[in-house]
Amino acid sequence: MNDMTLMERKVETQDIKIEASDVQVHYGDTHAIKDVNVKIEDKTVTAFIGPSGCGKSTFLRCLNRMNDTIQTCRFTGKILLDGEDIYDKRVDPVQLRAKVGMVFQKPNPFPKSIYDNVAYGPKIHGMFNTKSELDEIVETALRRAAIWEEVKDRLQAPGTGLSGGQQQRLCIARAVATKPEVLLMDEPCSALDPIATAQVEELIDELGQRFSVVIVTHSMQQAARVSQKTAFFHMGNLVEFGETGQVFTNPKDPRTESYITGRIG
Amino acid sequence: MITQGKHSGSLLTQSARTKKRNAAETRFKAYGIAAIAVSLLMLLVLVTTIVSKGLGAYQQTFITLQVELLEKKIDKKGNRILADIKKVSTFGYAPLIKSAVTAKVEELGIETGLKSKQLVGLLSKGAAAQLRDFVINNPDRIGDTVEFRFLASSRVDGYLKGRVHRDSIANDKNISPAQLDLVDALMAAGVIEKTFNIDFIIGADASDQRPEAAGMGVAMLGSLSMMMVVLALALPIGVGASIYLEEFAPKNWITDIIEVNISNLAAVPSIVFGILGLAVFINYMHLPMSAPLVGGLVLTLMTLPTIIISTRAALSAVPPSIRDAALGIGASRMQAVFHHVLPLAAPGILTGTILGLAQALGETAPLLLIGMVGFIASNAPDSIASGLMSPNSAMPAQIYEWAKRADPAFYERAWGGIILLLLFLVTMNTVAVILRRRFERRW
Amino acid sequence: MTTFWLVACLILLSAAGFALGRHRALASAGGQVRNLHSLPNYYGANVALSISVPALAVLAVWLLAQPMFIETRVASTIPSHLIPENTNIGLMMSDVRRISEGLNIAISQGIMSKSEVVFLDAETSDLRSRLGSLGIALGSDVRPEILDAARSYRSMSHDGRLMMTIVVGLLALIGFSRSYGRTDKDYRARNVVERGVMGLLIVAASLAVLTTVGIVFSMLFETVNFFGQHGWRDFFFGTTWAPNFRGDSELSMLPLLWGTLYISFIALLVAVPVGLFAAIYLSEYATATTRSFAKPLLEILAGIPTIVYGLFALLTVGPMLVKVFGRGDQGLLGLDWMSGATSVLTAGLVMGIMLIPFVSSLSDDIINAVPQSMRDGSLGLGATKSETVRQVVIPAALPGIVGAVLLAASRAIGETMIVVMGAGAIAKLSVNPLESMTTITTRIVSQLTGDTDFSSPETLVAFALGLSLFVLTLGLNILALYIVRTYREQYD
Repeated sequence: MNDMTLMERKVETQDIKIEASDVQVHYGDTHAIKDVNVKIEDKTVTAFIGPSGCGKSTFLRCLNRMNDTIQTCRFTGKILLDGEDIYDKRVDPVQLRAKVGMVFQKPNPFPKSIYDNVAYGPKIHGMFNTKSELDEIVETALRRAAIWEEVKDRLQAPGTGLSGGQQQRLCIARAVATKPEVLLMDEPCSALDPIATAQVEELIDELGQRFSVVIVTHSMQQAARVSQKTAFFHMGNLVEFGETGQVFTNPKDPRTESYITGRIG
Repeated sequence: MITQGKHSGSLLTQSARTKKRNAAETRFKAYGIAAIAVSLLMLLVLVTTIVSKGLGAYQQTFITLQVELLEKKIDKKGNRILADIKKVSTFGYAPLIKSAVTAKVEELGIETGLKSKQLVGLLSKGAAAQLRDFVINNPDRIGDTVEFRFLASSRVDGYLKGRVHRDSIANDKNISPAQLDLVDALMAAGVIEKTFNIDFIIGADASDQRPEAAGMGVAMLGSLSMMMVVLALALPIGVGASIYLEEFAPKNWITDIIEVNISNLAAVPSIVFGILGLAVFINYMHLPMSAPLVGGLVLTLMTLPTIIISTRAALSAVPPSIRDAALGIGASRMQAVFHHVLPLAAPGILTGTILGLAQALGETAPLLLIGMVGFIASNAPDSIASGLMSPNSAMPAQIYEWAKRADPAFYERAWGGIILLLLFLVTMNTVAVILRRRFERRW
Repeated sequence: MTTFWLVACLILLSAAGFALGRHRALASAGGQVRNLHSLPNYYGANVALSISVPALAVLAVWLLAQPMFIETRVASTIPSHLIPENTNIGLMMSDVRRISEGLNIAISQGIMSKSEVVFLDAETSDLRSRLGSLGIALGSDVRPEILDAARSYRSMSHDGRLMMTIVVGLLALIGFSRSYGRTDKDYRARNVVERGVMGLLIVAASLAVLTTVGIVFSMLFETVNFFGQHGWRDFFFGTTWAPNFRGDSELSMLPLLWGTLYISFIALLVAVPVGLFAAIYLSEYATATTRSFAKPLLEILAGIPTIVYGLFALLTVGPMLVKVFGRGDQGLLGLDWMSGATSVLTAGLVMGIMLIPFVSSLSDDIINAVPQSMRDGSLGLGATKSETVRQVVIPAALPGIVGAVLLAASRAIGETMIVVMGAGAIAKLSVNPLESMTTITTRIVSQLTGDTDFSSPETLVAFALGLSLFVLTLGLNILALYIVRTYREQYD
């Protein structure tokens, strides 16, 4: 994608979707996230990059409170979603996660049929009244995840029987089906081959036009290809955050430069 | 914002559906807590039942009496020849006890309308035998007045322990309210006392008539002999089999059969091993019934799969690099295994063996079939060979035997025996856990 | 010489052989270990193993084979017209054995001399009462043919033992001379010893198979005997269990199988929900601290011997149930539904308690094998924990859980002590859980511990029951292990 499209899209989407301030995360004795402040825009693809163990995935998991499931994890700071603190005592993480969906590193379809995999979210959140409405939700989600054509004839086949790339797109469809406002993706292509990766990247680009997508990636090329904004994490710090083009071509911080040129990481 | 789902309201207020779902969540969690609570409650009930009903067996009521060993009753000829003294049966000693009790009651000035026969009824039926044994061992004391501590009868004992009540003895021909009055009076005078009962731990089993004298000691020896057999056979065979299967066996269908066989053998009901023991060791090989050797053989076969499974786990936990290192400096495969792998796996093997032994110690069903139940273990074996070959009981078999007898006084013994059995098991398991903690290596 | 002393001698001989072999090897190398092919201990071990292993192997085989050989030889001398109707040769043979044992005791106590035994006349010697005074009870007077058989049994056993001692001793000596003769500094002792040790290891490993073969054959043999005396149709499909020790018993497995399955069902009804929920709570909800004390406590329940549960059923749970459901007006509910402490419910409840930790620890393993990513996927979609457990984790773990329940069922079916003490002794096809019923294992115990003869159908039926039990539990186990294994492979 060229710089023109980047500019165009930026003009349409100015709202701030997520605003994180002073975020600190501890795992037991390790200080995993140090004082992170970031503003994530709506209808934008934001990429988190950085060397392994830099805290990018941890921070991602803070955005829908998936870290709550880890007992030793402690969080301080504030993350606002549409101006509401998601770590407020009154917030139910279940409701939050319906708004902030997530796709994981390894494709993890449930041991159910393809249809039931996609219908799972709408079912638990009660998003339909009739069976035909559910059918419609499932079809729309599968179409958005660009997998409909491949699976429409075998919706009752088990989801685990698909290929790796198909499985990951099924998982994206599953996440899309609950109609999230933010979609978090934790290295969604790391377990996929190049062709499947290209398909998923194309999909991310499309999804980014509908809602806010945050993607954690190991690959700088991928970040450059799919994102409009890039955040560089290093040892728990958010070192640099800005336009993807700017971060890659003209980094402000020497650490970012070292990482991008391959000297660290 | 273009995607307006049903969940697009504020995060700070719970939607009705979320409330419902959270209620379901709470219920589900409550089921889990209830399940844990029920299990732990059962454990608590079990343990309190055992302790509250069994502790009584460790206390026993004794009656202290001064008995005059009248020469004319027990050594009529007066020549102190042992053979002649031995001719006097326990019946001959009964009058001595009778007069001793009567004398005691009169000496204390207790008013009682009881006949002397009922007075003697307070004592265990084994009192005369106790007296006779003393005289045979000390013939020179004939003619003296000696102080004896006699076991009280099980009813008197039960009365002092709260098992026998005045209103529960209406139809009991072994004890009457008048006798209980006398017990109270003797108690006040310090003639009757309840003390710690070492005989329950080291003593032998007694017949139906004398629950107060029954003990676990001989059955413990029987269990000990069986465990020796199990240890001596199951450990070497189990370790040998594991070494072969884990280190040397080629991967083919024969090894597959052996492996499937072992995992299935581990789940065969224990009673089937009893049938095997009966058919092979007793019916076919004509080994003696009720012998700890046979029990040990049966339990060996039963424990073998357990030991093999844990030994193989211990062996496979030793990393291949250790073997490579030994082979690399010119050791043979056998040397690599016996010099390096086996010592490193030893704590795991030992832990597995102790747990296998604990399982064997508590096993009862196969022992029923080879006749270790129903046998009154009244004599301790006098040598290792007789400990293995002469009939004996075992701890769990002894407990079962007591539970079957009609007199409730034996139930107390059964619970008490369980305390002893569980103490052994707890000790063995604790040792196993300590071994594991202490020597466990993470590679 | 008794077997014990024979083995002791062999061990001593081996120890001596070890020392001699070691010494000779060292001497052949002029005292220099480096000149030897193997370490000196290997030469010693070679001699010791050559002495003991063949001798012990022959000893074991001899001990197994001799009784069978003698029995057939002696049995063939008893004329068939002597065998009464309704019994078989086995009954006669047990008399023969008892008489010969009695003669041995009589000789060892000096009551009879050896020559007296040889010329003993069955008609005049009143053997029955003489042996009776030695504690050997005989069912009938001794016929001359039986006495002859007993005499030949005795002498054959005696000769056999003597021969065994000679053969074993000879083998040990041959082993010694051969291995000692070969001991030399160039002899490859280590290779030979290692091959020998490998052989021993293989024998140890095949012992497990031998046990199974032993189980199957010992039961199969007697079961065939049983079906020779009692129709198999009636055993499998009849509906009455009424053993009668004077013969003419009705021996059908169905009522026993019903009792077994009914009690197991109640046990599973208790153990599966409680165990499963406990496992779910421990693996999905509990904090590390809760788990670290609740799990070991649960496992204590699993380590308690079944005799304890049996006693608990007989003396605590049974009377408590009677207090609730029985005793008419004096009971808690004023009901008179229960007559005694033993019942299907008593045994089932207690067995259920016993199986809780079994189900929970198996399910715990299985639930933990479900990958965390599966849970994350569900939680990431906004599912609650219970929704995740019910709709994702449990369906994913279902095959494994089914396997665990089958294993628990096999455990319940084969359990003996709890049902012996808690279930009762009456065989019937009833659906009332407050009645006492009986099970396969209970009947095996009672048929084999009675004072009947081994060859009567009333006793032999126990082997048929045992074989049925074995096949039933084995089938369940194989099925369960297969299911669990395929399940585990799925997530490996």
